[in-house]
Amino acid sequence: MNFNARRKPKLAVFKFASCDGCQLTLLDAEDELLAVAEAVEIAYFPEASRAVIKGPYDIGLVEGSITTHHDAERIQQVRRQCRTLVTIGACATAGGIQALRNWQDSAEFVRHIYPSPDFIHTLKMSTPIAEHVPVDFELRGCPISKSQLLELISALLAGRKPNIPTYSVCLECKRRLNVCVAVAQGIPCLGPVTQAGCGAICPAYGRGCYGCFGPMETPNTESLRAQLHVLGQTSQEISRAFRSFNAWTWHFRHASDEEERA
Amino acid sequence: MRLEAKELASLIETLRRDGYEVVGPTVRDGAIVYDAIEGLEDLPRGWTDEHAPGRYRLLRRPDNALFGYVVGPQSWKRFLLPPRVRLFSVRRNGDQPEIIADASAEPPPKYAFLGARACELAALAVQDRVLLGGPYADPIYRNRRQDVFVIAVQCTQAAPTCFCSSMGTGPKLSGGYDIALTEVVEGAESWFVAHAGTEAGAARLAALGAPEASPQDVARAEEAARRAESMITRRLNTAGLRERLAENFEHPQWDDVARRCLACANCTLVCPTCFCVTVEDTSDVTGSHAERWRLWDSCFTQSFSYIHGGPVRASIKARYRQWLTHKLSSWHDQFGTSGCVGCGRCITWCPAAIEITTEAEAVCGFPPSSLRSEQA
Repeated sequence: MNFNARRKPKLAVFKFASCDGCQLTLLDAEDELLAVAEAVEIAYFPEASRAVIKGPYDIGLVEGSITTHHDAERIQQVRRQCRTLVTIGACATAGGIQALRNWQDSAEFVRHIYPSPDFIHTLKMSTPIAEHVPVDFELRGCPISKSQLLELISALLAGRKPNIPTYSVCLECKRRLNVCVAVAQGIPCLGPVTQAGCGAICPAYGRGCYGCFGPMETPNTESLRAQLHVLGQTSQEISRAFRSFNAWTWHFRHASDEEERA
Repeated sequence: MRLEAKELASLIETLRRDGYEVVGPTVRDGAIVYDAIEGLEDLPRGWTDEHAPGRYRLLRRPDNALFGYVVGPQSWKRFLLPPRVRLFSVRRNGDQPEIIADASAEPPPKYAFLGARACELAALAVQDRVLLGGPYADPIYRNRRQDVFVIAVQCTQAAPTCFCSSMGTGPKLSGGYDIALTEVVEGAESWFVAHAGTEAGAARLAALGAPEASPQDVARAEEAARRAESMITRRLNTAGLRERLAENFEHPQWDDVARRCLACANCTLVCPTCFCVTVEDTSDVTGSHAERWRLWDSCFTQSFSYIHGGPVRASIKARYRQWLTHKLSSWHDQFGTSGCVGCGRCITWCPAAIEITTEAEAVCGFPPSSLRSEQA
């Protein structure tokens, strides 16, 4: 990406259906936040400041999934305003946990939850940004990793390719010298089919991977499902394991549906 | 020479006093791993390990053996070829890049390896050939490797994943150590028959002032070593293996294993001979500081074979085939030996319980030489 050398690139952060955790990652970048603010002009970031500088923007970070008609229209405007559009997190990249509605009747949820359902105008499905507009880069995770976000911004500013690997969590886990929790303790772990990026944090604390970063480059979910059965998991448990933050990604969706049918 | 536990303790103590970082087996996270050792109390006294394809368990032993286990999840590779190394940092200084730190500037740790097994010493020899042989020696590996003091421990038991005898690497120790120990468990304490493999080892043993081992002691130690040999049930038929693997590039078994392989890279990362690394450049937000890192890589990732336009080995089938045929066949062409030492780690630590021995023999059309393992 070539920025005009005379002015700082303008950064905007947009929110759709999400919990705000991913944009908070930018504010959590405490040591580096000042450097980011030096390097870019934070032009639109309602979570951090009411000051708004008009677009167009050089970098747009988009959090959240598309769940309403209004969202679906607004993402078109956002796309038109951003030279480089990056989705941040599982909601924007995969539809998020709220994509669980895609298997159900969302109108029924609305009737049960809201006292005045007439005020709720929602789409039947929660869908990722890339189903609506072209996306230049996707950061995975629930939430995203701070270091991956800084790496992405640094790479965009330097005009180089970001180092965001697409291989499995297992590489990070082994580099961290963790003992495999699946093999040594029989703990169900989605690490072998999940994309790296979190630094294998759950296995480092004796937990199996929850799949927050979504499917890795060539996920063999069929083989992992067979192995999860060997570890004593039921089809229902396996189906649920794949139906979390990245449930609506093709591979995890397919794996969970297969187990549901089993 | 016969050593009691207290003399082993003094050996560790004197090595530490002489500036060695003693690394050896210790219990952590439900496994016996290799890590820094301060004394006998850190050793896995009374623990053992159970191995099966895709399954490992840490278990109590009925006795107080200090080395009564087979092999840990990670090999000694993690010390000599670290998973992450910063090669250098560079700072923008006007128009001139200024190198402010590099890996060769850091003093390498001086390691003493306590508890290396025969297969692991064979793996060190393989990595020595790969990383030090030829005109382009790896300076990071060399700096860490050159002063290593090795206290090998003879295997006295084997796991169903072990196949060192097929690879000609064990279980009997046959060199590559400074001191070799064989543990004999008797009552509440163990004692050891020790012998030196180098002058440095002989000097350290002599300094302990321990008595000579009696012929009976030596016989007890040999009997313990024979027990390991007799426990090995896994075989790999290596006669013609190298050629047959090269000839069976399109065997349907590759499709079969590709359906099970997760391409997660665990086999390569636990393998004591796999040496592939990748190099990653990073720059910070200000653009004034950059670093180059070297990380463990694996032939199971797509980026590994990425050249202009895409990965050469896009399918899992192609990647598994590359790994297995390199390990057992083209390694001979490249480095003059097999790349496999038969430690069995890739079998134990494969989350999909794939057995290299079974796959290789199936591709070659050999009748299976091991009894098929019951999966746990």
